[in-house]
Amino acid sequence: MTDSSGTPPNPLLVSRNYFTFAQPPNEMILDCGYRLGPITLAYETLGELNAEGSNAILILHAFSGDSHVAGYLHENDDRPGWWDNMVGPGKPVDTNQYFVICSNILGGCSGSTGPSSINPETGRPYGLGFPMVTIKDMVRAQKHLIDHLGINKLMSLIGGSVGGMQVLRWCADYPEMIASAIPLATTTRHSAQAIAFNEVARQAIMADPNWNNGDYYSGPGPVHGLAVARMIGHVTYLSDEAMRDKFGRRLHRSSLSFDFTGDFQVESYLHHQGKKFVTRFDANSLLYITKAADYFDLERGNGSLLINETLADVSFLVISFSSDWLYPTYQSKDIVSSLKKNGSDVSFCEIEAQWGHDAFLLPNKRLNGLISGFLDRVYHEHCL
Amino acid sequence: MNTVFNQDLGTMRFDLQVIASWIDPGSRVLDLGCGNGDLLDYLKKHKQVNGTGIEYSEDKAARCIERGLTVLQGDFRKEVLDYPENRFDVIILSQTLQQVHDPKELLVDLLRIGKRVIVSFPNFAHWSARLQILFTGMAPVTDQLPYEWYNTPNIRVISIKDFKRFLRITGIRVVREVAINTHHHDYKGHIVRSLTNLRATYGIMMLERVS
Repeated sequence: MTDSSGTPPNPLLVSRNYFTFAQPPNEMILDCGYRLGPITLAYETLGELNAEGSNAILILHAFSGDSHVAGYLHENDDRPGWWDNMVGPGKPVDTNQYFVICSNILGGCSGSTGPSSINPETGRPYGLGFPMVTIKDMVRAQKHLIDHLGINKLMSLIGGSVGGMQVLRWCADYPEMIASAIPLATTTRHSAQAIAFNEVARQAIMADPNWNNGDYYSGPGPVHGLAVARMIGHVTYLSDEAMRDKFGRRLHRSSLSFDFTGDFQVESYLHHQGKKFVTRFDANSLLYITKAADYFDLERGNGSLLINETLADVSFLVISFSSDWLYPTYQSKDIVSSLKKNGSDVSFCEIEAQWGHDAFLLPNKRLNGLISGFLDRVYHEHCL
Repeated sequence: MNTVFNQDLGTMRFDLQVIASWIDPGSRVLDLGCGNGDLLDYLKKHKQVNGTGIEYSEDKAARCIERGLTVLQGDFRKEVLDYPENRFDVIILSQTLQQVHDPKELLVDLLRIGKRVIVSFPNFAHWSARLQILFTGMAPVTDQLPYEWYNTPNIRVISIKDFKRFLRITGIRVVREVAINTHHHDYKGHIVRSLTNLRATYGIMMLERVS
């Protein structure tokens, strides 16, 4: 169904929009106390908001995602959005029926305010002058966008991984604005293991001399450090089984090289992922976002922040993947356990899949069926 | 109500038809081992219940969620532990009691999170099982207990008489009870009113905590 350029004949075209708010002196106050403003969020929308404003779905992207969730940005665009198999007309998140919003997170590097943005006070990129942002800050900024779009209640929130953390943060902070939520392959708090991998990724960037304490925007930047950071990430997104299946010990050349240029297919896969990543992602954004994910903790203090009476009226679909060792099933079950205490309507499914954490982004019939069936019910219960 | 309820009901197992007729409209229901969700779906459509199911199989749990039901995939023995007290008006445990390791503790847990529990189980003392043991000297294989000793999921045998004695000893009150005899693959049946422990294939009881 695609022509030679890879774009389907009648591509679904979407455009990127920008919303700027928190103009001084009304800056947004962050968890760390910093007054940040102005803030710009890049966002894209698909479908139409109905007259009652009741069919809006907010999709929250994972750590390296962006606002381009589905469709094509222009006629000759050869790559659709990152969740094009899930979102679009006639797809599980059916844009013929729902109004879909996706925004780039605060601290990101795809159009929203982040460390690579120009600091209005200095006229130069923020770099490490950018304040530490948290998942709560990201969600607070999204709330401004949702208010701006005139939506009082979101029909659903969907997000995997760090996107799932944002879903849960929304539930903890603005439960009255939510009819339903789908946290996928996520957790209420990083395990020591997840923090450990993030720290190695950060150290890889900071050890690159071109990082220059975050002040590299006029130079080449820490491309090697960033590539290594991405390679580490990809190891955590796969699984032992997936790697065995995908690469085994196969070589990507005919014989061993007896040098360090890389012999195995798994090595060239990681090199490729690293190289591809540095062309589209900012190293400082990786530092900030991984830190925000590490700081995220809904269990801190007096019990889970998901135990909240207001959430009794929210329907949940929690999904984990059997081979995900970054956010294992037991972490999703902890989410379910807290939500049950509210009397919330909560469904849970652990999908048998060999692809590790990556599974939530890959085409998967079961995932499609679960999400479309759940959304259909929520639509009929809340929107009609 | 002996045989035919209505079209939708007729496609369900007969013991589930009886159970469905016992559920008050609008109640909060938990269905343990909900399978494909036929009972929950019926209760949602016809009795407007607020229902949740628990199902061990990923396939079945996913099918339930796809058809718009609220279902948790998991082991119900563990899943029932973190619900708050009185979360449900009624909990359904159909044809599962003979498969659990700790039926007494389970019923105590269920009567904590639910006000009432409806239990159905195959009656091991049905005359056909009795005759098989008597004449063949082997473990009975019947329509209701269709397994050989080496492949059965049923780890214990229960008769209606045994279960009633158990309830008396543990002080659990029976609110309602019925004994049924089923035929035609369990989709049709009738109520047995006399000599139930001998003539009924299933016992169904609604239990309540004695406070």
